[in-house]
Amino acid sequence: MVQILTRPESLTTTPFHYCPGCTHGIAHRLIAEVIDELGLGEKTIGVASVGCSVLAYDYFNLDMQQAAHGRAPAVATGIKRSLPDRIVFTYQGDGDLASIGMGEIVHAAGRGENITVIFINNSIYGMTGGQMAPTTLMGQKTTTTPQGRKRENGFPLKVSEMLATLDGAAYIARVSLTDPGQVVKAKKAIKHAFTVQKRELGFSMVEILSTCPTNWGMSPVIALNYVKDVMTRYYPLGEFKKPEGV
Amino acid sequence: METVLMKGNEALAEAAIRAGLKVYFGYPITPQNEVGEYLAKNLPQAGGIFLQAESEVAAINMVYGAAGAGVRTMTSSSGPGISLMQEGISYIAGAELPAVIVNMMRGGPGLGGIQPSQSDYFQATKGGGHGDYRLIVLAPSSVQELYDHTMLAFDLADYYRNPVMILGDGLLGQMMESVTLKPYVPAYPIPEKNWATRGRKGRTPNIINSLYLDPEKLYLHNQKLFTKYREIEEKEVRVEIINESAEFFFVAYGSSARISLKVIEFLKEKGINAGLIRPITLWPFPSATIREKVLKSQGFMVIEMSMGQMVEDVERAVMGQKPVYFYGTAGGIVPSPQKILAKTLEIFEGREK
Repeated sequence: MVQILTRPESLTTTPFHYCPGCTHGIAHRLIAEVIDELGLGEKTIGVASVGCSVLAYDYFNLDMQQAAHGRAPAVATGIKRSLPDRIVFTYQGDGDLASIGMGEIVHAAGRGENITVIFINNSIYGMTGGQMAPTTLMGQKTTTTPQGRKRENGFPLKVSEMLATLDGAAYIARVSLTDPGQVVKAKKAIKHAFTVQKRELGFSMVEILSTCPTNWGMSPVIALNYVKDVMTRYYPLGEFKKPEGV
Repeated sequence: METVLMKGNEALAEAAIRAGLKVYFGYPITPQNEVGEYLAKNLPQAGGIFLQAESEVAAINMVYGAAGAGVRTMTSSSGPGISLMQEGISYIAGAELPAVIVNMMRGGPGLGGIQPSQSDYFQATKGGGHGDYRLIVLAPSSVQELYDHTMLAFDLADYYRNPVMILGDGLLGQMMESVTLKPYVPAYPIPEKNWATRGRKGRTPNIINSLYLDPEKLYLHNQKLFTKYREIEEKEVRVEIINESAEFFFVAYGSSARISLKVIEFLKEKGINAGLIRPITLWPFPSATIREKVLKSQGFMVIEMSMGQMVEDVERAVMGQKPVYFYGTAGGIVPSPQKILAKTLEIFEGREK
C-alpha cells in the first residue's frame, strides 16, 4: 500500500480539543505541513495566544511559548531578536490580535519584524463564549450584540488591508478553508509567509477566515457556507502584499 | 580596575553589558532614560541588541520571549511604566523565567511626578501583578551598588529562574558618583538553560507556559514556586548593619539609608548611640536581623520616601515588643537629615505625639 499522507512530524499525536466544524485543526495541520516541507521543525519556535488556541503547544511538536492576551507579537519579537537564525511564528485569534493586541501587531509589522503571524479570524470571541470581536460583521449577533452589531458598536476592522499599508510588512494574505481548493490556496499562502521569514524579508501574516459553529449557532456545513457567502464579501480573499520572487 | 565618575543609570547599564546582557527592551520614562540611551549606544558594540518597544506592555513581553529563548535580558522603567509591566512580570514569574527589571522609582500614584520616591515598595515586594508570586528585590544605595547589584541580579535570576527587580529611585539613578568598574565574576554557577525554547533539535519540545487549567496541577505549581521562595528566603537575605551596638536603630533602604547615616552622626554628637539596619534585599526581607536587635534596642525608626510601606514589614518583625516609629516623605521630596533629627529628638525627649 502506498501511503500518500501521514501525520506531519511537526504535529503531536494529541487529539484536538476544538469543537466539531471548527477550522483550527486544519490550520494547525497546514502550518505543520509547511514547517516540515521547509525542513524547519528543529529551528522553529511557536507562540500561542490566549483564546481557543491557548493550548496550541499541546498539538505542535515544536518549541512553544504561551503569551498573554494580545502580546504574542511582542513575545515573538523577544525570541526572534534573541535568536535571529530561528523561525518564529505566532498563532492568534481575532480577539487576541485585532482587539487587545492591536498595538503589538501593528508595531511588529511596522518594525518589519522578521516573524510570521497566523491570524485566525472567525469574527467572534470563541473561548469566552461568543462575545463581539473587532472583526464581528455588521448585523452579526453575538452575546454582547444580541440585536446584531450596529453603528454604535463600531465597524469591523480589516486587519490585513491595514497592515498591508505598512512598509515593514512584506507578505500579507487572506485565505479561507471553505473547500479543498481554498485549503490548498491557504497552504500556499502559509508557505509563502514562512519562506519570506526564512529569506529575512520582513513581517509576514496570513489571515485565515475561520468558522465558529458553536458560537455562531450553526452546523459545521452551514458555518463553512457562511464564511464563503457572507464573510468573504466583507473580507475579500487574496494577497495584499507580496515581495517579488516569493 | 578602572574607577570613573558615572551617573547611576549609566553605571547600571554598563554593569548589565559586562554581565552579558544580550537583549534590552524598554520604553522611555523619566528618571531612568539614561539606562536605555546608554544601552542604545553601547550594547550593540558589545554584541547585544537594544530595541525601543512601542510600550512598557510590549517591552516586558519582549523580555518574556527573550528570557524564554534562554538569553540574558532586561528592561527598565519607573513607577507608571512598571505598573503597565505588572501583567508581564506575573507571567514571567509564573513561567519561571530569569529576567532583570529595573524600577527607578518616582512619586505617584498615577502620573505623579518625576522626582525620587520609594512608594513602589508594596508593588515590588508584595506582588504587583496578579497571582501568588515573589520577585527577588535588590535595593542599592549608591552608584557602586547599582553597578554591583545589576551583575548580581542576572546571576540570581538565572540561578533561581526567577525575575529580579532592582528597586532604585530617581535620586540614585540621576546622581553621579565614583564607581569601580569591577570585572564580571558570576556569583553563582550558571545553570545550563536546557529548558529554553531555541528549537527542538535533538530533543522533545520545550514549552514556556504559565497555564494550568487543572486546579490540582496549578496547586502543585504554586507549591513548587513557594518551595523555591522558601529557599530564597533562607539563603538570599542581604542586609547591612551600621553600628551593631546601637541602642536605637534606623531602618531604611536606598537613598533614605544614606540620609539616615547623616542623622546617626548628628545623634552621636548629642550622645545618642544610634545605628542603621539597611535591607539590601527587600524581598526576602531581613526580618530575622531586625528581630535580633529587638531585645538590645530601645526602638526603631523607619525612614522612607513613602507614606509608610516598609514600616509594615518592620512592625511585623518587631511584633510589638518595642516601639516602631516612622518618618516618611512623599511627592518626590527627599527627607532632610535635620527634619529626621528633630523628629528623633522629639521621641527621645518624650515630646513625640
